Amino acid sequence: MHARHPTDPRVTAGVIALTAIALLIGGAFAGLLVEGAGDLSGAWAAFDPYLLRVVRFTLWQAALSTLLSVVPALFVARALSRHPRFFGRAFILQLFAVPLALPAIVAALGILALYGRAGYFAGLFSAVGGQGWPGIYGLSGILVAHVFFNLPLGVRLFLEALQTIQADQWRLASQLGMGPRPAFRLIEWPALRAALPGVAGLVFMLCITSFTIVLTLGGGPAATTLEVGIYQALRFDFDPARAVALTLLQIALTFIVVLALTRLGTNVVGDTNLPVAPRRYLSVKATEAWLNAALIVLALVFVAGPMAATVAAGLGADLGRLAGEATVRQATLTSAVLACLSALLSVVLSLALTMARRALALNRRAGPRTMLEHATDTGAGFVLVVPPIVIGAGWFLLLRHAGDVFAIAPVMVVTVNAVMAMPFALRAVRPAYDVGSERHERLCAQLGISGWTRLRLIDWPSLRRPLATAFAFAMALSLGDLGVIALFGSDSVQTLPYLLLARMGSYRTEDAAGLALLLGLVCLALVMAAHWMGREKNRDA
Amino acid sequence: MPDGAASRLERGASVRLDKVLFSYGEAPLVFDVDFAATKITAIMGPSGSGKSTLLNLVAGFETPRSGRVLIGGADVSVQPPSARPVSMVFQENNLFAHLPVEQNVGLGRSPSLRLTEADRTDIAEALLRTGLAGKEKRLPRELSGGERQRVALARVLVRDRPVLLLDEPFASLGPALRDDMLDLVAGVHAERGMTVLFVTHQPQDARRIGQNVVFLDNGAVAATGKADDFFTGAGPDAFRRYIGSGVGDAVSRDIARKRT
Repeated sequence: MHARHPTDPRVTAGVIALTAIALLIGGAFAGLLVEGAGDLSGAWAAFDPYLLRVVRFTLWQAALSTLLSVVPALFVARALSRHPRFFGRAFILQLFAVPLALPAIVAALGILALYGRAGYFAGLFSAVGGQGWPGIYGLSGILVAHVFFNLPLGVRLFLEALQTIQADQWRLASQLGMGPRPAFRLIEWPALRAALPGVAGLVFMLCITSFTIVLTLGGGPAATTLEVGIYQALRFDFDPARAVALTLLQIALTFIVVLALTRLGTNVVGDTNLPVAPRRYLSVKATEAWLNAALIVLALVFVAGPMAATVAAGLGADLGRLAGEATVRQATLTSAVLACLSALLSVVLSLALTMARRALALNRRAGPRTMLEHATDTGAGFVLVVPPIVIGAGWFLLLRHAGDVFAIAPVMVVTVNAVMAMPFALRAVRPAYDVGSERHERLCAQLGISGWTRLRLIDWPSLRRPLATAFAFAMALSLGDLGVIALFGSDSVQTLPYLLLARMGSYRTEDAAGLALLLGLVCLALVMAAHWMGREKNRDA
Repeated sequence: MPDGAASRLERGASVRLDKVLFSYGEAPLVFDVDFAATKITAIMGPSGSGKSTLLNLVAGFETPRSGRVLIGGADVSVQPPSARPVSMVFQENNLFAHLPVEQNVGLGRSPSLRLTEADRTDIAEALLRTGLAGKEKRLPRELSGGERQRVALARVLVRDRPVLLLDEPFASLGPALRDDMLDLVAGVHAERGMTVLFVTHQPQDARRIGQNVVFLDNGAVAATGKADDFFTGAGPDAFRRYIGSGVGDAVSRDIARKRT
């Protein structure tokens, strides 16, 4: 056997990226283990009835949220698929993509502005109920927020599943004179049932690791999840032993769920690709049409409501004064800088992993895949198993002995969010790189184009757009994140979501609404830019 | 050997696969064959017989499991593709889609596109020779299929390596266009005298420019010889079976056209 050519620099880049990620996650685990081992009895004692209640509530709210999101989503998706020419259908689908881009804290504020104690509906609800409207806090608030996020997601995923049904089947159904009932049972339900476990699993996973919603809408010890419990143990009670116990439980829980999800073949990132108006061959009777329309409008109102409330409440705030405030300006600047750095890091990591994976796949040819290739491939997606709060908690515990924990806030925010955005960035970058490599690999090898020259001359021109897409998306995710900054934030390092939380906490609701509007709009603009750039690229190809 | 060949003898380099064993997951391929310097050798054989793999081994895109690849007598088995004295033209994807014609050609001279005045003159000359003058600034998508392969040939001229590998580069072109391209290759060969290894499915193509034929079957070299012998019925049985009876007419038609 001849010696291989010298190691591909792309593989080296991938190894460096993997090491960095492993260091970030490994460091967090080290912190947890050191803390747990140092106070074994304390960690053991933390498994008390309270902890059990927290676990039960975490699972209970996630199960309820999943049920309330997925079942209606099934029917709304079916209604939308029965009416490919429904008025404003494209707009509705676009609108249903917005919650994906919206930071959780912005949505939470929108929901409070609508259904809260002093919300727009408070007067109506009080009049109907005959007594003062208590506002939705606790379980009801959490459920409404989770359904707000996951109903549209479910609709889009189910609609995608319905669109995999071949047009021939519909032609056949209409020729055989199948009514809506048999058509549902024989054609639509099989497609939906195939997608159901994956969608339900994804929603369950998102609800189990939901932090911001539970923090802002959950009420007291009765409505606390593991993630919020970790945060409270570290920031308020300062009970590291309890934090370790909670974190280990959270990891075990997410690990089990993700394992089940991969068994089900779920698309863990949860984005969809929907054609605007597919051709269909079916006629819908008037009664069903009205029913479907009512269903769609109901879902629309439910999803659009909090968004509209965010805008209305935000415009009601004294935006001029807010813009002039030094704290707000400082937080905006901090957010922008940290999000940019985080997005940059995320994109660089993704590119390194993509290049390494491709180079390894090319080198091995028909042989079995090595561990390293697995790590650069599916391994990258598994960072989602480790919630940001968990990584934050680990480092928090590790570094509190080493000095000022809050001083490393910027580093934590940048790195953790970069790694969390990586699976999304990978999805934008990898296909473009692989297609380019498919075309150019042999040519580059023959002409001796490699290293930086290759990156500059060959890869960059075709990767510019997907990289920009990944950057914008990663930046939006990082900008809206409250998980890490909630742990590490302080008066000296504040991001916009952190400031928002602080203003909510001190009952300066108007300020919070104004900030939420700003944050929501920026994130929305970034995600729209990401989609637009992604589409432009496809047209060129 | 025709007269005038002596001056180009030092240009082309012989290619030798010395007991090369290669396996791509399935049945192993064994190549033990010589390609004469400065000649055009047509490599023919059924699908899956290993034609492209043979070229990839010479170019360095594949590494043999055992055995040696020699070019001009030197062992290049462990050299990376860019270090080998070889240019290869593929069936497609010979060009970088985002770079204009002249840069695609220029990459043949400098992989980082650092070009001197002399380089630019050579590039312009190569474009003129391949009939692409005036199309320097075009992007590959603004060219026809034939023109794109001309750009690849222009780069071969600029790269100026003693061995040229053609992996069915004209397979997707129409008959007339294909003949034009073959004549261009023959013309360039007459000027430069490089060794050409030419994979093709078309007997008429092999007949048109091929001097020698190497016939592959079942992952090994089944027969070698002069093109004239192969196409006048003196080839091995397996070759005749591969060509089939119908193609014999095409060959005679081809001869008729060539003579007129």
